[in-house]
Formats: sequence, C-alpha cells, structure tokens
Amino acid sequence: MQSFPWLTTIGLVPLVGSAIVFALPGGLRHLARQIALVFSLVTLGLVIAMATQFDVSAAGTQQFTELYRWIPQFGVSYALGINGIGLTMVALSAVLVPICVLASWNIVETGDPAADDRRRVSFFALVLVLETMMVGVFAARDVFLFYVFFEAMLIPVYFLIGSFSGPNARYAAVKFMLYSLAGGLLMLVAVIGVYLQGPGGADGFLVDKLTGLDYSSAGIERWLFAGFFIAFAVKAPMWPVHTWLPDAAAQAPAGVSVLLVGVLDKVGTFGMITLVLPLFPQASRWAVPLVIVLSVISIVYGALLAIGQSDMMRLIAFTSVSHFGFITLGIFAMTSSAQAGATLYMVNHGFSTAAMFLIAGMMVLRRGSQRIGDFGGMQRATPLLAGTFLVAGMAGLALPGLSTFISEILVIVGTFSRYQAAAIIASVALVLSALYILLMYQRMMTGPVREPTRVLPDMNLREAWVVAPLIAVIVFLGFYPKPVLDVLNPAVATTMTQVGVEDPAPLTPLAADEGTNQ
Amino acid sequence: MSVIAAAAADFQAPDIDWGALAPVIAVLGAAVLGVILEALLPRRLRNVAQIGLALAALVVSLVLLSVLWAKPPVSVGTVGPAGAVGRLTQGMNLSIMVDRPALFLQASIVVVSLLAVLTMVERSRDADPFTPQGSAVPGSDFENASRQAGLVQTEVLPLLLLAVSGMMVFTAAGDLLTLFVALELLSLPLYILCGLARRRRLLSQEASLKYFLLGSFGSALFLFGAALLYGATATVNLAAMSQVLQSGAPLLVVTGVVLVLAGLLFKVGAVPFHAWTPDVYTGAPTPITGFMAAATKIAAFGALLRVLFYGLAPLQDTWQPVLVIVAVATMVVGSVVAIVQADIKRMLAYSSIAHAGFILTALVAVQEAGISSTLFYVLAYGFTTLGAFAVVALVRERDARNNITGEATHLSQWAGLGRRSPVLAGVFTLFMLAMAGIPLTSGFTAKFAVFSAAVSAGYAWLAVVGVVASAAAVFFYIRVIVLMYFSEPAADATTVVAGRPFTAAAVALGAVATILLGVVPAPVLELARTAATAPFGG
Repeated sequence: MQSFPWLTTIGLVPLVGSAIVFALPGGLRHLARQIALVFSLVTLGLVIAMATQFDVSAAGTQQFTELYRWIPQFGVSYALGINGIGLTMVALSAVLVPICVLASWNIVETGDPAADDRRRVSFFALVLVLETMMVGVFAARDVFLFYVFFEAMLIPVYFLIGSFSGPNARYAAVKFMLYSLAGGLLMLVAVIGVYLQGPGGADGFLVDKLTGLDYSSAGIERWLFAGFFIAFAVKAPMWPVHTWLPDAAAQAPAGVSVLLVGVLDKVGTFGMITLVLPLFPQASRWAVPLVIVLSVISIVYGALLAIGQSDMMRLIAFTSVSHFGFITLGIFAMTSSAQAGATLYMVNHGFSTAAMFLIAGMMVLRRGSQRIGDFGGMQRATPLLAGTFLVAGMAGLALPGLSTFISEILVIVGTFSRYQAAAIIASVALVLSALYILLMYQRMMTGPVREPTRVLPDMNLREAWVVAPLIAVIVFLGFYPKPVLDVLNPAVATTMTQVGVEDPAPLTPLAADEGTNQ
Repeated sequence: MSVIAAAAADFQAPDIDWGALAPVIAVLGAAVLGVILEALLPRRLRNVAQIGLALAALVVSLVLLSVLWAKPPVSVGTVGPAGAVGRLTQGMNLSIMVDRPALFLQASIVVVSLLAVLTMVERSRDADPFTPQGSAVPGSDFENASRQAGLVQTEVLPLLLLAVSGMMVFTAAGDLLTLFVALELLSLPLYILCGLARRRRLLSQEASLKYFLLGSFGSALFLFGAALLYGATATVNLAAMSQVLQSGAPLLVVTGVVLVLAGLLFKVGAVPFHAWTPDVYTGAPTPITGFMAAATKIAAFGALLRVLFYGLAPLQDTWQPVLVIVAVATMVVGSVVAIVQADIKRMLAYSSIAHAGFILTALVAVQEAGISSTLFYVLAYGFTTLGAFAVVALVRERDARNNITGEATHLSQWAGLGRRSPVLAGVFTLFMLAMAGIPLTSGFTAKFAVFSAAVSAGYAWLAVVGVVASAAAVFFYIRVIVLMYFSEPAADATTVVAGRPFTAAAVALGAVATILLGVVPAPVLELARTAATAPFGG
C-alpha cells in the first residue's frame, strides 16, 4: 500500500513553487512566470507519470492511496486516493494550469515594470496554491479533508478574481465568496451530521467508512443530502444558485475564468458523483425528479440567457450554466451511459470552455472591450484567432467529431431510457446552443472589417502554444474518446452499485437480444 | 476576650496545598512586587524592571502549570464542614480546584497574557499606547507637561498581573465567594487600565466609567444570585451545592441561577449583557482591548463551565434553555450589528460578541465534547484576537507635520493597506479568515469543534443558526480584506509604524498559533480532551 506517495507529491510541487515565487527577492521578481510555468509543467509531468502507473483494469477502485491520522480527536485522516474519475479530474487540472499560466503571461500591464512584477508574483503564486488545492480536493478520500480543500480553495480564487480584474471585480469577488461560503457552511453541518451517523472513531470521516450507512431515519439522510447537494449545486453552478458565475467570469482575467469554470466548478459535479451518490444513495434516488427538473431548467435557461448576452465573457459563462445542466442531468439520470457521459463531459467541457475563454481573452486584450458589438470582421483581420475560436465554439455546440458531442449524446441517450421528456427538452437546447455560438461568431468574426479591428495583430507564438494543445485534445477526444471512457466506465459502475441502481431494461426486444448476445 | 478565645479555639487552620497554588502565587507575587518596585526604583529603571518582572513571572507560572499538568493535585475525597472556606485542593469544600480544566485554562490565560505583555512594552513617545499620567485631566497643562517630560505610566504591568491572577483563580474557583473575589480581582485593574489611553482620553475615561458602572452592576447581580443560592442550599460551595440540588430546585434557586448566570454572561459579553463591549473595546488602549478580548473571555468561559457543568449540573434543565436563547441572540446580534460598523475596533468588538455566541453553543452541549471544544475555542480565539488588536495598534494616522499620531481605526483609513504594507495586511487577512472560520486556520478547527459538540448533543438546529450567523459574519471580515487589497489607498495619510519588535513578535506568535492550530491541531485538542475526560475534581 505505502508505495511512492504520488498524490502528495503532486500536491506539494505547486505549493513549493508558490512559496518560491512568493519569496522571490525584488531583483528576480520578473522570473515569477517562468518559475510558475516550470513548476506547473513538472506537476503535469508527474501526473502523466502517475497515469502510466494507473491500473486501468481496476479503474473503479481507489488507487495510489495514502492514509495517515491527522486529527484523531475529530476522526479526521489525511487520506488520499483516486479512481478513474479522480484521475481524469487531476489530469484536467494539471493540463489546464500550465496553459493558464502561459495565457496569463502578460497579466497586469500598467507601465510600471516593478509594480507589475510585484503583482505578477502574487498572481502566479496564487495560481500555484490553487493547483495544490485542486489536486487535494479531487484526491481527498476523507470527507473532512475534502471539505477543508473545498473551502480553503475559495481564498486564492477570491483574490484572483478581486485583485486582477475588471471594474466590478470587488463586487464579483464578494458575491462569489458569499455564495460559496453560504453553501459551504451549510455543508459543514451536514459533514458533522454524517460523521455522527457513521461508525465514529479516530478515522470516522473516511469516505469508505461512511459509504453504505444505515441512517437512523430517511429524514436525516435527506437533510444531510441537502446539505451536501446545495453546496455542490452552488459550486456547479446550477439554476437558481448560478448568478455568481457570470459576474465572476466576466470580471476575472481569462486565465482565472478557465480555472474557475473549467476546474473549480467541476468540484461541484465531482462531489455529487463521488460523495453525494455513494454517501446518500436513498436520498439521492428520492431527489432525482427535483434534480432532473433543475438540470433541465439550467440547460434551457443558460442557453436562452447566453443568446441574449452582449458581453462575450458573460455569454461563455451562461453556456457553462447550460452545460453543467447536462452534467448534473447525466449524473442523476442514474444510468451508466448517462453517468459516463456526464463524467466525460466534465473533462471535455474543461477543455472546450478553456479554449473559448482563452481565445476570447486574447481578443479582449487586443480590442480592449468585452462587448460583442465592438468586434466585427475579425475573420479577415485575425484569421487564426477567428478559426480557433470557431473550433472551440463548435465544440461548445457539440458538433460531431469534436469531443463534447460524444459526451452530450451519451447523456441524452442515457437519460432517454429513463426520462424521455427531460432528454427531449435537453436535445432542443442543442438547437439553442447552435444559436448562441453561431450568432456570436457571426457578429464578431464575419462581415466587413470594421475600423478599430483592422489593425489588430493575429495570434502570436505564445498564444498559439496556449491554444494548440486545447484544440488538439478537443479534436482527438472527439474521434477517439475510448482511453478516457475506459478509465471512467469502471468508476461509474462502482458508483451505480453504491447507489443501488441498475440500467433500465432496453425498450425493444431487438435491443434486448443484442444485450444477451454480448 | 473570651469570645475571641472561643472563636480562636474553634478556628480551623485551612489546609492549603501551596504547590497547587504556586502558578497563581507567582503571578500575584510579581504583581505585588511590581507595586513595591514602583515606589523604590528610580523612574528611568521602572519600565525595564516591570517588563522583566512581568515576563519572568508569566514564564515561571507557565512552567509550574506544566509541572502540575502531569499530576493534578486535586482529589475528591474527605468531606469537611460544608461551606468552610480555605480548605484548598482536597475535600468537597474546595475553595480552589486545581484540576485539569483549570490548569488548561490557566495556561491559556498565561500564554495570551505573555503575548499581551509583548504588545505593551514599547513605551517610547509616539509608540506608547498609555497616557503619561493617568491622573491628569485630559487636555490640561499638567497633562501636557507630563507628556513633554516623557513620563511613562509604568503601573500598567503590575495592574495587568493582578488581573491575570484574578483570572487564574476565576477559572479554578470551587465556591461562589472565591469566584466573586476573583471576579473583582480581575475586574478592578481592568477598569483602571481601560481609562489609560494616551489619545482620545475622554473616550477612554468614558469607557472606563461605563465598564466600571456596568461591571459593578454585573457583580452585584452575581452576588445577589449567590446569596439566593446560599439561602436555598445553605452552602456556597459548588460541590456541596450540586449535592443539595439533586433533590429539586425551588423557585429561589432558579432565581439565583439566573442572576449568577447574568453576572457571568456579563463578563463573557453575551447578549443581552453585551452593551458595554463595543464602547469599552473602542475606548480602551488597544493592547488592553486585545488582552480583555482574549484573556477575559478565557477566564469567564472557564468560570461558566465550572459553575454550570459542576455546581449547577443538576439544574441542567433549568439553565440549558436560557443558554440556548442567549446563544442564538448573541450569535445573531453580534454578527448582524458588526456588519454596519465603520470602526475597526467596534467591528472587532461585535465580532467578539458573535464569537461568544459560538462558544455558548458548545456549552449547551453538556458533555465531554462541550468542555473540550470550549477549552480549544477560547484558546484559539485568544491568539487570533490578540494578534488582530496588535495589528490595529500599528496602523496609525499622521498629522500635517508627518508626526505619527493616534490609531487609524476608521475602516476607510485601511483602504489600500495591502499595497503599502503587504506583510501586515497579509497577517491581518489571516486573522480575519481565522475569525471567519476558513479551513486551515484555528478558527475553523474551533468552530468545527463547537458545532459538532452541539450537533452531537442533539442541537443541530443551533449549529445551523451558528453557520448562518457565520456566513453573515464572513461579510464584514471579507469587507476588511476587500478594503485592504482591492481599494485604492486612502488619500489621507495612514501609516504603519515600523520598528516595534515586541509588538511584531506578538503579532507573529499570534499568526503562527493561528496557523498551527488550524493545520496540526491534534496535540492541543488532545490536551483539551484530556482535560475534559475527567473534569472538575476528577
């Protein structure tokens, strides 16, 4: 069991990097971004090395486990471990952080080099701290430890939104903080409650000890479920507790928005599938109708509001609300294909949203405005930017051949076998997604070149390095999602068993025959 | 003559375990010695001597406490005449019970007092938080003359030590009279200390007077309650009282309990006995405010624990509902009213009220977890609040000639502090986050402990009220952070005084403790648990 502590190492490397960046003496501060990039790349290398050691045939079980006592008086352990879902999420974070570091290379340009360097130091140090927290939250196998990372993560994000952003940054940062904390603190009571329902003792917070509990009453289980679910729904974000996201995403610098929407919001859906379902199976099944309805509302509402936005960062944020609706729909549809689709969607959405935010950020930097109406004819002025943006946008509307298509189809197909109405409405939303992406593209990129956009430079080499890996992943996973699905499927199967649901019998005899033949 | 002789013949010499009292005696002795030094030493030597004496006394006391911890001398056994005063450390009629909860609390008080002393030793002219002459009329020629002469009110530290010794006894008192004496011993020096601020002296003296009047009122309520309890049970001793009360509680007792509770809750600063807190915290010299917020809270909660969980344990059904109501009111009022404060010291005062409410939720859980979580919370909060007030003392205004003047306590003056003094702002942010209860700080561990105690005692709804209040409280902690980091620096000159190594050390120690108790709280939690497993004479 106690082999090389992969997860602790992966968590520590960015933290060390952050400490180094933070402690840089005045003369070396301009190296902050290089150091941050190196450390995030080393982390990525370690994650890749760990992934090669990952036993795909046992992807449903927790691997690379570490277990130490931390606060035995509370029953808290320092317990880490990842299964297939955890691995993909850690990998997603590890890939996105260096990309965001590179994308935020020239963040803070006020014309005063010393002051810029000083603020960049805090920016890159915070990004690295955030990476540590992200690894921790995806790897935690102790409910208390998970909660600690879940809440502590707010602090670096809060400063990243508040200190490096647009005119309403303070408002957005405070709104983000209050929403998250309100959800998180209610979850705290549920965290205490679930421990008291469990076996207790010095390691009573271990997820394994709390899985499959006999709750003293269904009411208690539902209350505890609500405590966890609301916190995750705020994070995810789900209608009606999504309103912090558009503000935060519109104000934050693009690199931060990527981490916020691409990774942090996944903590919400990750928590639903790895904590809520196994810990509260009966209550989860009881809540399915409500969650399905809320998910469908999120899908449609997010899409409709996206169409109406004039600020492109807000638009992308609302598309994410819609996409997260798909993810929660998939998780709570309780079929293996829907859940596999949802978990795959978590990965794909990370990359496609990252590409949209980053390319949009590059254009905003050039034009000095986030308003869609301020652009026009970018296709001719900046063909590379426009082209890659189109690819990312197409991934956003789930074009076949791009990664999100597969996950969206899996979710809809998996949902259809149980909840036809929900699946049908969700499919209609696909049309809406075509509307918001294509309308935005049309208004910004096509048409005659407008005067202010004529002179804008196209993508430079650094930016190409930012975008290229994302586009490559989007296309690759669009054609060949099998490696990721192989890792995810066993983990999803484990979850399904823990919740105690099975896939519904196929609707037609023919399909049933095929099923038996396999 | 014969009467006296007869009385003398009846007099039973108290049997005193001096070893168990040694930590208190060290502090009390140093306080008395400090007063004598004031009379004997030349003026220029006094300050240094007082500092050395105070630090030495507290360190010695801490060492003695740790020796006692290994084997607390108290034992419950022989029963003397009920109500006899003075038989220390053994028997049912203990006046002072040196058991593990008492030792834990006394050590906590001594440690935070050490930090508090560090914030009070820098007495050069612009740094001195205390007036040069406490007796001078504010704004008088005499005051100006004493200021120009560079006088220093060196009696501060002996007074502080007196208060500390009172607090130490307060947490260990085994009968209501000892408790009252300790209450006065800790309060009277504080009344004086509150009135000694160097600047805004009228405000400071008003604070002192308010504290004195309301404090006397609280003491009187306590004393009246103690008298009623004595009338009903024929004893002031907590152990004997709990035995008598087993057989039911007449109305007289209930009235007494409520009055005694009122007196103790006054010291805690719980709603509805909180009205003095904001004014006194604002008016008092900031190092004294920090000391009061940290140490007085520890002492008062220690006494509450002992009175409620030990002496009045049989009446749990009587006082528990009262405590529940007080806890809810305290959390809500403290958190909500703090939101509208524009002065940092007032805000911290209301925050301390809210924290008192959080601790009270643990007291509602009458069990081991309730005791241990209270012990941990008061210590963790003590470090944080002391550090926070020490930072407040460093942020100053500047006058037109660039002289450093009073503290910049208006929140607007803190705008942009993060750009000008990143380290100081960073540390203060840490304290704010700890008070808000963010994980990996001591505040989170403490809040988790008290809320889980409440939930496990079946008061889940109280914990929910607690977290909702915490969420509201986060708003004003975060607002300070927003001001420091995301706002443009204020136009008027706010400055951070440099070159205060002792205050800086206190801030640093507070910050280190805040982080350690958040990241590796297990050792201290274990101490608290040990204290709680065999509490009160066990």
